[in-house]
Amino acid sequence: MSNAASTRADHEIIIHAVPQGARVLDVGCGDGVLLHRLKQERTAVVRGMELSQAGVNACVAKGLSVVQGDADLDLALYPDDSFDIVVLSRTIQATRKPEMVLKQMHRIGAKAVVSLPNFGFWQVRLSLFLRGRMPVTQGLPDSWHETENLHLCTLLDFDDLAKQSGFDLESVTRIAAGKASPPSQATSSLLNWLSEEAVFVLKRAGMTAR
Amino acid sequence: MTSALQILRLDIGLPLDSGAIFSPLEIGYETWGELNAEKSNAVLICHALTGDQFVAGPNPVTGQPAWWANLVGPGRIIDTNRYFVICSNVLGGCMGTSGPASIGPDGQPYGLSFPVITIADMVRAQAALIDHLGIGRLFAVIGGSMGGMQVLEWIASRPDRVGAAMPIASAARHSAQNIAFHEVGRQAVMADPEWQGGAYQAKGTKPVKGLSVARMAAHITYLSDAALHRKFGRRLQDRNEVAFGFDADFQIESYLRYQGSRFVDRFDANSYLYITRAMDYFDLAAGYNGRLSDAFTAFKGRACVVSFSSDWHYPPADSRHITRAMIGAGVEVSAFEVETDKGHDAFLLDEPQFHEAMAGFLAASAADQGL
Repeated sequence: MSNAASTRADHEIIIHAVPQGARVLDVGCGDGVLLHRLKQERTAVVRGMELSQAGVNACVAKGLSVVQGDADLDLALYPDDSFDIVVLSRTIQATRKPEMVLKQMHRIGAKAVVSLPNFGFWQVRLSLFLRGRMPVTQGLPDSWHETENLHLCTLLDFDDLAKQSGFDLESVTRIAAGKASPPSQATSSLLNWLSEEAVFVLKRAGMTAR
Repeated sequence: MTSALQILRLDIGLPLDSGAIFSPLEIGYETWGELNAEKSNAVLICHALTGDQFVAGPNPVTGQPAWWANLVGPGRIIDTNRYFVICSNVLGGCMGTSGPASIGPDGQPYGLSFPVITIADMVRAQAALIDHLGIGRLFAVIGGSMGGMQVLEWIASRPDRVGAAMPIASAARHSAQNIAFHEVGRQAVMADPEWQGGAYQAKGTKPVKGLSVARMAAHITYLSDAALHRKFGRRLQDRNEVAFGFDADFQIESYLRYQGSRFVDRFDANSYLYITRAMDYFDLAAGYNGRLSDAFTAFKGRACVVSFSSDWHYPPADSRHITRAMIGAGVEVSAFEVETDKGHDAFLLDEPQFHEAMAGFLAASAADQGL
């Protein structure tokens, strides 16, 4: 069931962050490529939520338990602590209320894994600085009027919001040109310059790493 | 692949929601395929308001194809080479299971002395059949429309006996609009003088006009504006201009009259009253202090909730209501909305997206249950 999309660098890192047999909710699971791999490679107990009906239908036809839902509204339905890990891959920047979404994830799962495009990446900054136009890069491929992204942020911005939402940072992994670097324990100005995309592994504040 | 018409007679007293105890109980049912040694491959299919137990193969009573012949059979999605498929006529029905047209202990047809029944009572009768067949846990319970209500009732009242549940084009409660349409149908039947206060069998009459009107009104709710427009538009029936009269000028009129007249040959008018009443009374959450998710907390199997975009009889919002309650209850649920203009009846038709979802869900459930 592998296809080109399943080799996404953020997926590799997310899969690595999921322990064997974990209960995982993927919010914005698309056509279920990541869920399918988590099930196969991590024997994870997987559930998904997806906004597009086409995505949901593709998942259900693959035998995945996925419902149609909107991260902004429907995460509230899930009981407290119903998952070990809640995944949000390349989705937070398209939500209307990122802080609410993070707080719901904090309530539902012991850990959260979030991947997002980094607006602090040097190419993005350079593009805006030199050309004076909204950047169109590999990580941000759509022009300003076509993008579904509502809340773009930099790696440092997201780090702040995650902490504000009750999370501690377990690790952050830099991705540039489709390749991941070894994970770091903290964000930094340098990492912000160099990451085209980043994957944050977050745990509830005050909890020891497992 | 037709099995012989089977009627099971059980001399048990079936306790009903109304407080009455019903006895003796007769259940008309059909099975296809073989029950495996572990008795772990049984699929119960629940039929809709005017359906019957002939879910696969030709229907020997009507001579028409079975209502889910496209889905149930050897090599089909509900594969009778793999699963032991059971379908029984609902309590209150008129195809072998005890209903108002059945002959009561006094040798007379029950008529209106038949007790008022509910969806939960239908499920009690099905459970008695499943007990009789020696099956503890069903691999899957599947049903559309009123059949979906029975699926929901099964997982609420007998959560340990169901592995996978698939309510299709259904609702956890009957809406005011649906009760309203049913009331129109019942009033049409009761307004027919041939109904004779429900005692038409004893009087040798049949309220065919009333039942036919009831069916015509109901049939409109099974379709959609777009489907009606596509199929009939304003086209005239066997004429080039309107006749300035009240004949069936339009094709849609002719079609509805035909549907009505065909229906009365195979369906009992009092059964129609009782079964529509059971649907109207259905409100699953009411038994759980109004919290629908509480109805599902004990269910540890998988569920797949399917709806159809143009269904205004049991609209997708009704299915979303079920899905949301299941999420809240921690049930492993998938939800699938099929894009179609065919309305409620789409669950009976060849809808490739729907069939794809069902195949995926059943395959995953079979893997879960080691089948």
